[in-house]
Amino acid sequence: MTGAPKIAVTGLHKSFGAKKVLRGVELSVGVGESLVVIGGSGSGKSVLIKCILGLLRPDSGSILVDGQETVGLTGNEREKMRRQFGMLFQGSALFDSLRVWENVAFGLIQGERMDRRQAKEIALRKLGAVGLEAPVGELFPAELSGGMQKRVALARAIAKEPSVIFFDEPTTGLDPIMADVINKLIIKCVRDLGATAVSITHDMVSARHIADRIAMIYDGRIIWQGPAKEIDRSGDPHVEQFIHGRAEGPISMPVRSL
Amino acid sequence: MTNILQPIGAAVLNGLEQLGRITLFAAEAILSAFRPPFYFRLLGRQFIDIGYYSLPVVGLTAIFTGMVLVLQSYTGFSRFNAESAIPNVVVVALTRELGPVLAGLMVAGRIGAAMAAEIGTMRVTEQIDALSTLSTNPMKYLVVPRLVAGLLALPFLVAVADAIGVFGGYVIAVYKLGFNSAVYLRNTVDFVTNLDIISGLVKAAVFGFIVTLMGCYHGYHSRGGAQGVGAATTNAVVSASILILVLNYILTEVFFSR
Repeated sequence: MTGAPKIAVTGLHKSFGAKKVLRGVELSVGVGESLVVIGGSGSGKSVLIKCILGLLRPDSGSILVDGQETVGLTGNEREKMRRQFGMLFQGSALFDSLRVWENVAFGLIQGERMDRRQAKEIALRKLGAVGLEAPVGELFPAELSGGMQKRVALARAIAKEPSVIFFDEPTTGLDPIMADVINKLIIKCVRDLGATAVSITHDMVSARHIADRIAMIYDGRIIWQGPAKEIDRSGDPHVEQFIHGRAEGPISMPVRSL
Repeated sequence: MTNILQPIGAAVLNGLEQLGRITLFAAEAILSAFRPPFYFRLLGRQFIDIGYYSLPVVGLTAIFTGMVLVLQSYTGFSRFNAESAIPNVVVVALTRELGPVLAGLMVAGRIGAAMAAEIGTMRVTEQIDALSTLSTNPMKYLVVPRLVAGLLALPFLVAVADAIGVFGGYVIAVYKLGFNSAVYLRNTVDFVTNLDIISGLVKAAVFGFIVTLMGCYHGYHSRGGAQGVGAATTNAVVSASILILVLNYILTEVFFSR
């Protein structure tokens, strides 16, 4: 990594009630880098990116974006910071009362106060970039398949041409072919925009595809990070167990007999 | 002894905590209502949904209430030869109490429930988080238009309900009980005062605010899927209904006890 990092997270703690989800996360993402955070369900991956996005307020720690502290920002400053972020949600999170093109253009019309006709043009272009034809733009999200919804959500996430894009489980719930399509689209979009990407996933195929660097989160801490190519030589038993998908190992699920 | 007191104390603390949260939520909504951007189109749509589409159900409630009021007060009053007081009783009961309370309760069932379900679903499918990432404040986009629409639409609904209720009473009095049409109308108009009508409309505005506030608050804070949304819907209707009945008493005390 060269130069100042785009995002630098230090000592991040977050708990819900008595449950400590994040216990001192240390992580940094370079400009234009694609970082994938892997980890099991409930390991705190989603909470981590929601803290970075400012959707959750961490208990303690610091999150620097372009060297500026973002923890504790409110109102206009928070919104200004969020303007450079795009996010693809796990369940797509499309607005079901709006047409597909209105979903894609939402950030442009509401956030940037752009003229509707101009925003529609951009929205249709973004839909084209994810392989959806103009007529799809007139449909409602409920009329689309899961894979198409994911692509619409991707188009919405990149519509404002953000400098950082977050992907929350981009391939979960998709068939392997559609998952590959989404992976390729993510790589293409991130490269075309020159954006920094932060993804969380437990899909190792996807992680290997889209990552420059991989970090593994376990029990609220980053236990390993390194270039994607070196993940098979991590030497960490937790990572080994995770990438090979073994039930036996240091990460144990307590199961009692029936 | 502590075993008996402990749950009571816990329930009281819990209730106070909830009250505090609702107050903070309302305060945040009111503050953001005065700061741009303003979503007039959404406000208009909500107003039509609350004001116009509730007309049939509120009108039906009002007309039958007016009819039954005349019928019941006739059986009582005719014993004392006090039939001439019936128009007075009907119009005062409707404008002061029954109009706003019944309209408020009907709207709580129709609108409060729908709002809690819609916003609750948006919460659990991450659509509210998606709004934030698209530089749109969900408070301003979702909550403020609904609160303002409730505040404005309910007085309008209640004014219509008052007229329909009085008409229902008039129909029964004149066509079933043989009242003189002109005398009945004269008595109605002579007896009703500005304070009767205005107090009813003020109550209506308060109830409109309460119904939409409960719908938005419970929806906004719903957790955990379909069951959470269901609970939010129930809570919205129950809490709005109870608050309407309690506040109705307090407002009557404010307006009429001296």
